[in-house]
Amino acid sequence: MSVNISVKHAFKKFGDNTIIPDLNLEIREGEFLTLLGPSGCGKTTFLRMIAGFTQIDGGDFYFGNNRINDLDPSKRNIGMVFQNYAIFPHLSVRKNVEFGLKNKKLSKDEIEQRTNKFLKLMQIEVLADRMPDKLSGGQQQRVALARALCIQPQVLLMDEPLSNLDAKLRVEMRKVIKNIHQSLGITTVYVTHDQEEAMAISDRIAVMDSGVIQQLGTPKDIYRRPYNLFVSSFIGRSNIIEGHIVIREGAAFVNIGEYEFSLANIQKSHMLEKKVIVCVRPDEFYIERNTGRGIPSIVDDCVFLGQNVHYFMHLEENGFEVEIVEQSALESEVLPGMRVFLGIDQERVNVFTADGSTNILRGVYNDVL
Amino acid sequence: MKKKRKYDGWIIVSIIIFLLFVLFLIYPLLGILKASVIDLKGNFGFKQFVKFFSQAYYIKTIFNSFKVSLAITICTLLIGIPLSYFYTFYNLKGSKFLFVISILCNMSAPFIGAYSWILLLGRSGAITTFFRNKLGMEIGSIYGFDGILLVQSLKLFPLVFIYMNGAFRNIDNTLMEASSNLGCVGIKRFFRVVLKLSMPTILAASLIVFMRAFADFGTPVLIGEGYRTFPVEIYNQYVGDTSTDHNFAAAISVIAIVITALVFFIQKWATSKYDFSLNALHPIEKKQPKGLSGFLMYAYSYILVIVAFIPQLYVIYLSFRNCDQAVFKEGYSLVNYQLAVSKLLGRSIKNTFFLSFSSLAIIILLAILIAYLVVRRPNIINNSIDTMSMLPYIMPGSVIGIALVMAFDSKPLILTGTMMIMIVSFVIRRMPYVIRSATATLIQIPMSIEEASISLGTSKIKTFFKITVPMMTNGILSGAILSWVSLITELSSSIILYNNKTITLTMSAYVAISRGNYGLACAFSSILTLLTSIALLVYLLISKSEDLKM
Repeated sequence: MSVNISVKHAFKKFGDNTIIPDLNLEIREGEFLTLLGPSGCGKTTFLRMIAGFTQIDGGDFYFGNNRINDLDPSKRNIGMVFQNYAIFPHLSVRKNVEFGLKNKKLSKDEIEQRTNKFLKLMQIEVLADRMPDKLSGGQQQRVALARALCIQPQVLLMDEPLSNLDAKLRVEMRKVIKNIHQSLGITTVYVTHDQEEAMAISDRIAVMDSGVIQQLGTPKDIYRRPYNLFVSSFIGRSNIIEGHIVIREGAAFVNIGEYEFSLANIQKSHMLEKKVIVCVRPDEFYIERNTGRGIPSIVDDCVFLGQNVHYFMHLEENGFEVEIVEQSALESEVLPGMRVFLGIDQERVNVFTADGSTNILRGVYNDVL
Repeated sequence: MKKKRKYDGWIIVSIIIFLLFVLFLIYPLLGILKASVIDLKGNFGFKQFVKFFSQAYYIKTIFNSFKVSLAITICTLLIGIPLSYFYTFYNLKGSKFLFVISILCNMSAPFIGAYSWILLLGRSGAITTFFRNKLGMEIGSIYGFDGILLVQSLKLFPLVFIYMNGAFRNIDNTLMEASSNLGCVGIKRFFRVVLKLSMPTILAASLIVFMRAFADFGTPVLIGEGYRTFPVEIYNQYVGDTSTDHNFAAAISVIAIVITALVFFIQKWATSKYDFSLNALHPIEKKQPKGLSGFLMYAYSYILVIVAFIPQLYVIYLSFRNCDQAVFKEGYSLVNYQLAVSKLLGRSIKNTFFLSFSSLAIIILLAILIAYLVVRRPNIINNSIDTMSMLPYIMPGSVIGIALVMAFDSKPLILTGTMMIMIVSFVIRRMPYVIRSATATLIQIPMSIEEASISLGTSKIKTFFKITVPMMTNGILSGAILSWVSLITELSSSIILYNNKTITLTMSAYVAISRGNYGLACAFSSILTLLTSIALLVYLLISKSEDLKM
């Protein structure tokens, strides 16, 4: 029943505001794809264009080989889960779940059978006869999922379905959604602004900004080798430092002040001496305790968080504020006010062109190109 | 590429409603405006307005109306707010009783209070005679300004009570605690925090009390005597026994609309100064009333509510007394009810039910459609429907009555004397309130609920009937019951529109009073009271919330 979704040159504007200038996306059959981006980046608008609730101003949308641009939303056979669940408050849980089935020409038995199957799948059989106002947020979300899934849609769309839940329940529902997806194999498009959620749940992530997909890839691709500075700073935290590329004897090095590290995996086309942006995740810094080789920095504050310790420092040379994470040791010798040397993990660190538009390292995957 | 259809069946609904509004609302209004400036010979001029403003006699009617309405508004606030404060902040025993009785006071037909107080405190009233004969004392006159003020304050304070209950309940307990933490407690806290936080509601309650008092016909016509107010004046100018002048009645109507519109906008402006909303996460914890202050609270609440309810009890009591015309005699019987049966009781009840239920059905249908159009499909037509639907807010009942008669007593459309014109006036009178509550309900229903239904394969029109309408009905059903009560007790426009065939219970009662058939009037009024009580009971059973929207 699952289909691939293919979007070509999607275009959307509200009034004079162009929300989505020209978006192309191939969603594979049975894939779990997440649209991730800051609020206002157009991810929800794009999802609603797929669902049919927002008019498509340009481009072509296909489910398999069917062009769906002009198909009424009620005929697209889509399961949709909303941020506020959108449970019908005047219907019981069972009536909510079987609501969509009643629009199909099914026998009474079949409706009951299918309803029961999905009530069971979402572990809400015991709630079947309750009214929605007696349900918790997590239970309502289960009802919404059961309702969306039991019509056996070709595509499942979810618009920030977990953002109204508390942190613990969010993690639990994440697992539920992932398991359901794995057992049903339904093509799923999921919208969120929470990067951790996106990483945990998705096959692939499309990172969006200003209506443009900045990078499309697996969570690993996106985290390890972000395509550009935006992706790098949106996924996880990043310390952004200016540096220079120096070429010596056919090898590339990055200079940050007095400190230098070698850049073995640079793309050939970028082997030029130029200004670059070095993007260091807090765990890609290490405090150099022996050699004294590193960027001299002053510790401003230490925050002990159990497993890890977060250090807030500034670079001695230019006052840049940076954040470093280290596993907490039994005895911490690093204290506020101290002068330390910071080393950089040269395999994991990312380096971008001076304008931040391109990662100059090898191993960057971006399916959108 | 196929162009997406933007114009579906809803545009037809919009156009039909728009045309209905133009025909039954705008056309009659323009008719009144026209009649006020164009005389019978077809000459244009402001003669009627000049006549009105050049004679102290007429100016006085508007001034009187304004003065007494303002006094009533202040009075209801003064007696209603303390009652509401005790009711919401303290655990009073029998609070349900206080609530139900005070609502019954407000729901009575507009003239029962005046009529009953006349029977009690009037020239030959029961209490007056008792004091005169047994104690040799004279109670001052109840007629005129004082009488209207007394009767209307006791009838309208429950509106303040209900509105303020809602506001007080929305005050978060932590705000009260924060206030006392900062050293502001007791009476100071009541004025500086509690009342300030309730200001939007106080203004809303003031507006509705003022509008009701200003447009009231039943009370001043019975108890006002020499104290002339404008609804009575309009009525006299239109159907009066002495000299009638339709054009002059129209001119007074226009002036009345201008004044109510002014009051309306002043209230809106004042409310905009208090633009905040409250939502209590921690409701107020009710305290136990203790000691002398507790005793005083009980005394105040119960005496107020019972005094306000006395007129209705007294009328029911009198309805079982023997009576010959205007004189009640010793002994009890059902003679008044027997007389009522012979005097169109059957027809009155039948008409009352037919008119109120058919009007209510139309109102609910229109309200649901209009709310949907305005909230979900705003465009020029629907927005103008929205604006038009609010016009009756500022049109006193007698003005609506006159406007309809003037518009529909000549060709091409003659409706005068029909059930139809009564229904039209009922719908116009009550529609704005139901539309407001339907709109408020729909705004709170997130769009995604309808989208969920559509995504599950339900067409848009089916979604409207299966999801939107049921969800809205829950919100407006309770309001509709209260609307029903106000429909069966409608007087000020019916009195201009009714005839023998379309007579209602309220009109029968009023006719009996005006003909001096006091026992008969009591019988009709008691039946009316019984009906309103039943409706209130049904309401309380259906809606768990006490937030009545009247």
